[in-house]
Amino acid sequence: MADATTSSGAASSSIPADLAAETLPSLYRTMVLARVMDERCLSLQRQGRIGFYVPLQGQEAAQVACAWALDAADWVFPAYRELGVALVRGVPVKLLLDQFIGNSGDEMKGRQMPNHYGYRRFKFVTASSPVGTQISHAVGTAMAARRRGDAICTIAFFGDGTTSSNDFHAGLNFAGVYRAPTLFFCQNNQWAISLPRERQTASETLAMKASAYGFPGVVVDGTDVHAVYRVVREARRRALAGEGPTLIEAQVYRLGPHSTSDDPRRYRSDAELAQWKERDPIARLKHELLTLGLVTEESDQKVWEAAKELVGAALKEAEATAPVDPRTMFDDVFARPTPALEEQRRAMDGLLKEGVVRP
Amino acid sequence: MVQAINRAMFEAMRADPNVLVLGEDVGVNGGVFRATEGLQKEFGPDRVLDTPLSETGIVGTAVGMALYGLKPVAEIQFVDFIYPAFDQIVSEIAKFRYRSGGQYPCHVVIRSPYGGGIKGGLYHSQSPEAYFAHTAGLKVVIPSTPADAKGLLLSAIFDDDPVLFLEPKRIYRAVTGEVPDGDHRVQIGQAATVRPGSDVSVFAYGAMMPPALQAAETLAAEGISAEVVDLRSLVPLDEAAVLASVEKTGRAVIVHEAPRFCGFGAELSAILAEKALYSLKAPVVRVTGYDTPFPYALESLYLPGADRIAHAVRATARAA
Amino acid sequence: MSPDDALVPLTYDPTELDRSLAGWRRTLLDGYRWMLLARALDRRMLGLQRQGRVGFYGAATGQEAVSVGAALALTPDDWVFPGLREQLIALVRGHPLPTYVHHLFATDLDPARGRQMPCHPTARDVRYVSMSSVIGTQITQGVGLAYALKAKRQPGAVLAFFGDGATSANDFHAGLNLAGVWRTPVLFCCTNNQWAISQPVERQTGVRELAQKAAAYGLPGRRVDGTDLIAVYREVRDALARIRSGAGPEMLEFLLYRMTAHSSSDDPTRYQAADWMSRAAARDPVPRVERFLLDTGLLTEEARGRLAEEVDREVRAAVAEAEAAPPPDPASLFQDVFASASPGSFGR
Ligand SMILES: Cc1ncc(C[n+]2csc(CCOP(=O)(O)OP(=O)(O)O)c2C)c(N)n1
Ligand SMILES: Cc1ncc(C[n+]2csc(CCOP(=O)(O)OP(=O)(O)O)c2C)c(N)n1
Ligand SMILES: [Mg+2]
Ligand SMILES: [Mg+2]
Repeated sequence: MADATTSSGAASSSIPADLAAETLPSLYRTMVLARVMDERCLSLQRQGRIGFYVPLQGQEAAQVACAWALDAADWVFPAYRELGVALVRGVPVKLLLDQFIGNSGDEMKGRQMPNHYGYRRFKFVTASSPVGTQISHAVGTAMAARRRGDAICTIAFFGDGTTSSNDFHAGLNFAGVYRAPTLFFCQNNQWAISLPRERQTASETLAMKASAYGFPGVVVDGTDVHAVYRVVREARRRALAGEGPTLIEAQVYRLGPHSTSDDPRRYRSDAELAQWKERDPIARLKHELLTLGLVTEESDQKVWEAAKELVGAALKEAEATAPVDPRTMFDDVFARPTPALEEQRRAMDGLLKEGVVRP
Repeated sequence: MVQAINRAMFEAMRADPNVLVLGEDVGVNGGVFRATEGLQKEFGPDRVLDTPLSETGIVGTAVGMALYGLKPVAEIQFVDFIYPAFDQIVSEIAKFRYRSGGQYPCHVVIRSPYGGGIKGGLYHSQSPEAYFAHTAGLKVVIPSTPADAKGLLLSAIFDDDPVLFLEPKRIYRAVTGEVPDGDHRVQIGQAATVRPGSDVSVFAYGAMMPPALQAAETLAAEGISAEVVDLRSLVPLDEAAVLASVEKTGRAVIVHEAPRFCGFGAELSAILAEKALYSLKAPVVRVTGYDTPFPYALESLYLPGADRIAHAVRATARAA
Repeated sequence: MSPDDALVPLTYDPTELDRSLAGWRRTLLDGYRWMLLARALDRRMLGLQRQGRVGFYGAATGQEAVSVGAALALTPDDWVFPGLREQLIALVRGHPLPTYVHHLFATDLDPARGRQMPCHPTARDVRYVSMSSVIGTQITQGVGLAYALKAKRQPGAVLAFFGDGATSANDFHAGLNLAGVWRTPVLFCCTNNQWAISQPVERQTGVRELAQKAAAYGLPGRRVDGTDLIAVYREVRDALARIRSGAGPEMLEFLLYRMTAHSSSDDPTRYQAADWMSRAAARDPVPRVERFLLDTGLLTEEARGRLAEEVDREVRAAVAEAEAAPPPDPASLFQDVFASASPGSFGR
């Protein structure tokens, strides 16, 4: 998304106060791209072409508008559902598909499950599966950046369920004590797999948990790109001004399953889903663009088609990319393989050559 | 196997009102692997608790419940996510009885799917039994058949001691078999010689049993008679069965999917070195996962399979 | 100004006291006696520790009003999950002092066979749960036991104690969150002595009053003067009454002054301001209650002297008994790892 990076990652500290009308179409295009890619990946998983997938549908506005309010120099600590953020940061679609497939083009070298990616050059840190661990990481990086005198913030993405995790508590507490320039962006999509938000914690809002750590928490409608953008921008301003961290609770809804291994009909009603579908963030922004005359039904059609084409072409390339070289399995355990690892690599090589095992 | 585990929990909960299940997504959703399917419907949300997302909380509260005489069966959704509860398991559960002079036994059962082979990458594949087997005061049980899963889980739930019950998720559905009805128990601490043999002893457990047995089958056709022993319980370990087998065959191959270094095989090898050295005709060989984090794309190379096991057994059988 | 003049008087409602002076008299005198005993024990044990006669000692000097006030507000059905400095609760609830001192000396008569460090007693006889040294782990455990009480429809509530430092621990977060969701009968008691070893509470967390943290879990939280025996007693009693009536869990923060080193292994001059102890002295819970008792005529000078001598004698007798007792039987090393010795290599 070239236009996405240029618009969000331009000169630091010159992030505009509000989302200007001219930026809305490009923000919208990123949301559409995320949706198109999501749908494509769900079908790829059903066809067995990728092993697993975590969809983000319903959370595009929160993710894209949030990422839009960041500077390219800020560090992002994602969970596993942040495709929209990755696209705004400029991660090429092909690279993401390489990761989902786990081929030799994957910068994670095929080691992680789909959706668990990270790209150093986009300051998008590699995600793991255990929920919440990225939260304390983000605080540590923020403290380090401040020590070095870098005027950046870090941002941790996580879900409503993750507010119960140990690292939420530790991370926010440390951020409060050290007044770390960190943004805690909680996408409250109302569900942690099958556990509804109200069974997750007895506190009235998730945002108010910040008060336990001595800094502000804000609730924002996560289907409203303007509101999200403003809140994130203000939190970022505070962070850089030395006023400390902010917890942001973006209220959204997970329109899809938790992952391709999940069947949400087991635990939630169609009525609830239907209600939230009416607040589909993409439809909402499209409506605004139509009203502003920034798109027409016709040009919108083209936006979707362009996204599909982009994804289709990238997929073709990704599927043609060679599988990972088995010998790379022993790299990156340490900076240099230990003698024992070299021995294991040779042993595996031997087994491969003798045909005892096959890749 | 997953049905057998489910049956065991039904039986236990029907037999004893003190048995209670808690974990993430175990109620309405029946567990992400459906191991707890139907339990909440029958026993209600106060005995089958959908908990907030906190392993620390799940296991820590299970401890308190156990202190008061409930028999909590806590589920950790994937054993890869057990580490927030590591403190409660290692510092608390395993030490409560001892540190209180026997006044506060702490009988918690923790069930958790473990192991690779489901394309789960680094965090849905690990096999961390050695960390726990190293902890005094904690029993560690790993079934490999549906009948054992039921029998061992029932024994675990009605044991006096805390038990970590690791379930080989890769064979949750792949391995089927007869499961006795009713209160079928398998005593914790007894290995099973699943396939008798005379040339080489193969020790395995959990998801490594099917490939170990398959390897034995292949080797039988080549005239090598492998004895396959399913350890079933790592703590307590059926040392007598291990030693008896090696005294008979004089050769040992140990199989586990966890990394080799300080894996459970290291303990077995040490026991053989200490107590069976004079019976050994060949060096002990380990077929294990490699000393790398668990890879996603290359998991089939990482995991010991029947071919790798057969290769090692063959070499051991031929070693002079 | 003598230290006594600087003493902050106890806050109390005279009408409440007047209405049932007989009941209060017993409560306060009892409490006072226990506080004197605790002080005598701390003094004696720290002395013995310096002489090398016990390996370690963690005093609770300055925190006696919390343990005593809470213990007096409990019924025998209630359970206590102690933090680091609540051993006195076990004694007030009836655990014999000599048994506790056997524990301090790790003798064969310690119910836990000398397996734990000093000040980690187990007293099942008084529903006082065995603690580990790991900060915070008892909090979730207390919530679990409270859940079991509710599930089994048993009377009683749980008191889970922890320090200010422990509010940063994982189990604090998990425990309060689960209690909020499950509405278990548990009272969280935070003994904010303003220090976690060398870390002052202002650097422990970004929030000024720890009681505020309760709101993050949907629970009420209150700050209480933890050096005021009357206030502690009243707040715990009232909170327990609410909890027993099904109003759900609560948290109390007891503001305290740690009047000793963190433990016998610590040197607070390295990190505490010079005036810390004099500020603490103004809120020393023992003279505060003593002054109150003398002023209101509940205690005479003569009775005071007699009590001081009595508790001293008790402590000396218990210490003498424990010092004469044998160390644990070596065979006990292998007991209680499991319910019964297991097969395999264990214990051979
Ligand atoms: C420590 C840990 N425990 C359990 C899991 C399994 N798990 C994966 S996602 C998830 C729910 C997360 O919910 P939430 O934080 O709301 O994020 P969402 O998936 O809704 O975006 C659970 C329980 C995990 N990944 N890590
Ligand atoms: C998990 C853990 N980390 C560190 C320690 C070492 N330690 C013992 S006491 C203590 C401070 C505890 O402070 P607080 O909770 O305020 O209790 P206090 O000692 O003031 O009563 C520390 C850091 C420990 N026991 N457990
Ligand atoms: Mg969620
Ligand atoms: Mg403290």
